[in-house]
Amino acid sequence: MSDRQTPEQAWERVLLARHAERPQTLDYIAVAFPDFLELSGDRLHGDDKAVVAGLTTLGRRRIVLIGTQKGHTLKERQERSFGMPRPEGYRKAMRLARLGEKFGLPVVTLVDTPGAYPGKDAEEGGQAGAIARSIETFAGLTTPTVTVVIGEGGSGGALALALADRVFMLENSTYSVISPEACGALVWRDAAEGPRAAAALRVSASDLFELGLIDAVIPEPPGGAHTDHRQMANRLLREIELALDGLVDLEPAERLRLRHEKYLKMGSYATASSK
Amino acid sequence: MAKYVTIQVARKEPPPGPEAAGERCKNCNALLQPGELDKSLRVCPHCSYHYPLPSHERIAQFADAGTVSFLGEEVRAVDPLDFVDLRPYPQRLSDAQLDTGLTEAFLAATCEIAGRPAGIGVLDFKFLGGSMGSVVGERFYRLAQAAVDRRMALVVVAGSGGARMQEGLFSLMQMAKTVVSVQKLANAHLPYVTILTHPTTGGVFASFSTVADVIIAEPGAVMSFAGPRIIEQTIREKLPPGFGSSESQLAHGQVDMVVDRRQLRDRLVGILSLLQGDGAHV
Repeated sequence: MSDRQTPEQAWERVLLARHAERPQTLDYIAVAFPDFLELSGDRLHGDDKAVVAGLTTLGRRRIVLIGTQKGHTLKERQERSFGMPRPEGYRKAMRLARLGEKFGLPVVTLVDTPGAYPGKDAEEGGQAGAIARSIETFAGLTTPTVTVVIGEGGSGGALALALADRVFMLENSTYSVISPEACGALVWRDAAEGPRAAAALRVSASDLFELGLIDAVIPEPPGGAHTDHRQMANRLLREIELALDGLVDLEPAERLRLRHEKYLKMGSYATASSK
Repeated sequence: MAKYVTIQVARKEPPPGPEAAGERCKNCNALLQPGELDKSLRVCPHCSYHYPLPSHERIAQFADAGTVSFLGEEVRAVDPLDFVDLRPYPQRLSDAQLDTGLTEAFLAATCEIAGRPAGIGVLDFKFLGGSMGSVVGERFYRLAQAAVDRRMALVVVAGSGGARMQEGLFSLMQMAKTVVSVQKLANAHLPYVTILTHPTTGGVFASFSTVADVIIAEPGAVMSFAGPRIIEQTIREKLPPGFGSSESQLAHGQVDMVVDRRQLRDRLVGILSLLQGDGAHV
């Protein structure tokens, strides 16, 4: 493990990951997926605008693309609940993932969310169960899966869309079990301690790669992804394509076995010699 | 103040329970005879208030006498992030071990339940809020694998504040690890039953707790993914009393049944026998 980031360094990543001009799912679609066909609804309750999902092509390959969308303007952010999915959002993602499986299409997810929507209706509508079943669905898909954390990976609400054969993070994205502010409030009783908490939690892409929790870090243009959406999109596309090249040749059963093995190995613990 | 990812629950949590002679139930104020609570699985005989039940008693409640064999005790926590905290994580762990007599939050065993081989796991809220870190995930996996290998049902009792913050993203990944473990059971067509106790929240509620074949809740338990305080901030209004309670979860279709602890074993035996038949399952 390299040296711990300073609180200032860690916080700089957090701010870049949340930058208002940072490319979001719909920006990548606009730049890189001109034939994107959006599909809507979970077929049970509603359509969650925090989750964008549809069919498109990547190089020569047809894929299912699913991403969370925070929005750039206040109006869009409100419409999309700041990228915080409700149960119907996770159910839409699961429906599209299964559609991909039915037609043998790889499933690509782009994750950028503060977390699942913390509302009364969402809770009563089965938020916890929807997240658990989404994890279960992505764990069991027979087609290749790739996830890229493009901004914020906020806790269980992010993991629900981030279980994949390959999980990448953009250089300045973050992924955490709890928001640095909430962690700061718990440890130091002050949400303003976010920078200290961000460093303690090791939320940066480079830290998480070193800890073996993600598969690769995708470099951003100098200054961050927001400085050049097109260049960022090109890098993102290339990495996803390369990952899929390596995954499509595996037998589905073997791919599934490897995916399960990867997640069953996750954890850091000791094995006591006695008892 | 707790230092794990914790959730303020609406229900007032009484301390472990009245012990000495002449103590009163913290809920209904009825006078309790010495040993009376222990005889009723720590449920108040007067008002049916469910006090926390320690892990070992939980296993003893379900398992046939003399059939329990613990597993995974050798799996112990480390401090993978060298977490910066007011009190070091290793110290929190050793304090919790001293306080509870447990080595970690998850106690795993194989046993027989009414003559039927089964794996049983208990996540105990008393150990660092029942928070799920790498050890909980690994013990869960080993227990599920034992159930697959020996073609047994798996029963897991949950009580948790969520993920263990001090292990950062390692903790979050235990949600995936436990769900994948359950998938192995499902692929082997083996029953998996969860019993949700007060409180079951956060990443534990949103992982292995809710992907069971049958989900049972204890009366009066509170379950939620987000914390009630955060929800109130989001919707800018007070949550109604009973929000997230077992009874509310039942009404909203999130659990199969609410069962009094004193009837839990019989109900569990009934569920397993209907799912598995008389041992000659395919």
